[in-house]
Amino acid sequence: MGAYEHLMQARANGRPTALSFIKQIFDDFIELSGDRAYGDDRAVVGGIAWLRDIPVTVIGLEKGGDTEEKIARNFGSAHPEGYRKALRLMKQAEKFHRPVFCIVDTAGAYCGIGAEERGQGMAIADNLMAMMALKTPIISLFIGEGGSGGALALAVANQVWMLENAVYSVISPEGAASIIWKDISKTREAAESLKITADDLLALGVIERIISEKEDFSQVYAEIESILYETFSALCRKDTSQLVQERYARFRKIGG
Amino acid sequence: MVLNKELFLRPKNQLEGSNDQSSKQQEQLFTCSGCGKEFPLIEIKKNDYICPFCEFYWKMPARVRLLNIAEDDTFRELDAEMEAQDLLAFPGYKEKLSVARKKSKERESVITGIAEVDGISCALFAMESEFMMGSMGSITGEKITRLFEYATQHHLPVVGFCLSGGARMQEGILSLMQMAKVSGAVQRHSQAGLLYIAVLQNPTTGGVTASFAMEGDIILAEKGALIGFAGPRVIEQTMRQKLPENFQRAEFVRQKGFIDIVVDRRHLKEILNKLLHMHQKGGADGSI
Repeated sequence: MGAYEHLMQARANGRPTALSFIKQIFDDFIELSGDRAYGDDRAVVGGIAWLRDIPVTVIGLEKGGDTEEKIARNFGSAHPEGYRKALRLMKQAEKFHRPVFCIVDTAGAYCGIGAEERGQGMAIADNLMAMMALKTPIISLFIGEGGSGGALALAVANQVWMLENAVYSVISPEGAASIIWKDISKTREAAESLKITADDLLALGVIERIISEKEDFSQVYAEIESILYETFSALCRKDTSQLVQERYARFRKIGG
Repeated sequence: MVLNKELFLRPKNQLEGSNDQSSKQQEQLFTCSGCGKEFPLIEIKKNDYICPFCEFYWKMPARVRLLNIAEDDTFRELDAEMEAQDLLAFPGYKEKLSVARKKSKERESVITGIAEVDGISCALFAMESEFMMGSMGSITGEKITRLFEYATQHHLPVVGFCLSGGARMQEGILSLMQMAKVSGAVQRHSQAGLLYIAVLQNPTTGGVTASFAMEGDIILAEKGALIGFAGPRVIEQTMRQKLPENFQRAEFVRQKGFIDIVVDRRHLKEILNKLLHMHQKGGADGSI
């Protein structure tokens, strides 16, 4: 399967979204709202839940199921307040020594007037800096689309995992085709060249793990639950300064 | 002073040497696209790259930037030999890079180094618009990361002149990862109690805005600079409406609360000097 086919799968209607993963992997998810400054962005869901005997702060970019919900959730494209809510919950997790699990599924941070007025760039930058120093384990899982800075703002993690058909890209292949070649029909070529598939990213050292997809997604949830518990158990035993050091080293080695 | 400028601009390597046309450039005429007036290029150079007629801010070469802020002959470039690589074998990228090198006479979109600024040792970086519009490649990120690491190690403040179209598409995800990498280095520098002043130039957008451009303790922006995450055309397409005239301009972004001061380029050095001196000691730390 080529990069373009993975991209189509990642965007396919009916593909499970962040909330399905949260409900199937965790118990007693309690959703928490708001950035305590401006509002509550429904493109980001966050809260606390049990992973067996570990309380976990879970944060996801949620695209929504039916059309009405998709609109309410802005198709998973967050505004600055969404990233600030995510950061608030991460800081809260750090305070209470809870590990953080981020679920990424977004075409990108929202490009709009309000988003710019409220500092989209600043919100993402704040997350990158704060996540780099967060004294608790962070794992990010890409379940569908991972678009640019808007995805990275939830992916400065100790480990980044991807579902087999998920993609992670600096720009949408459509965007790259139209900017580089001024020709949107070159989207397929752009998708290949950008190296957006889980296999490519594993080879480039950008992610640690690929989770294979089954027709029956309940098997996928069960596998994630199991490896997540195992990994968090191991990471939670580490000294927090070591976790921060390892997170920095993970990104430090990329490019150069 | 003029003599020193010429020394500074003298090519340091073959790459730059191949394009030395400074005498020709002085006779060259230049048309300001702000007002349409035509005048010798040297006139605009003498005026800090501001149009003497309409005050339009032209993009300033990164090396000139550094020269203007550094005391005479104190600038020492770091990692000067590092150059952009076509890591993903992206179609057409090698050719783009060679054009960018010729056009900018630089090896990457950023120049880093250390210098004395008004008697204070500083780490400096400046991004070069002529190199793929200052886009962030892996080596751009690596050089800036190394600079912040150097500054942390040697307890130096950092002054960074940002200018960028954003991430460099031809380096795909590796470009995106630089945002996290540089942010990590800025974070460590900040944690060490050191000062970082970001100076945003026209334009500062995309992945650079969403990382180190917005991570300064103090953020300055040049008059009229376009500063944003998404570019105006993308926003217009998404919103299907015309944007207000001053939208994403430095003055607007300051009003919205994201930058500290909008500066006139001719006063920039003075403001930087003052700020750097004010950070030489705390006062409340028992130093008085």
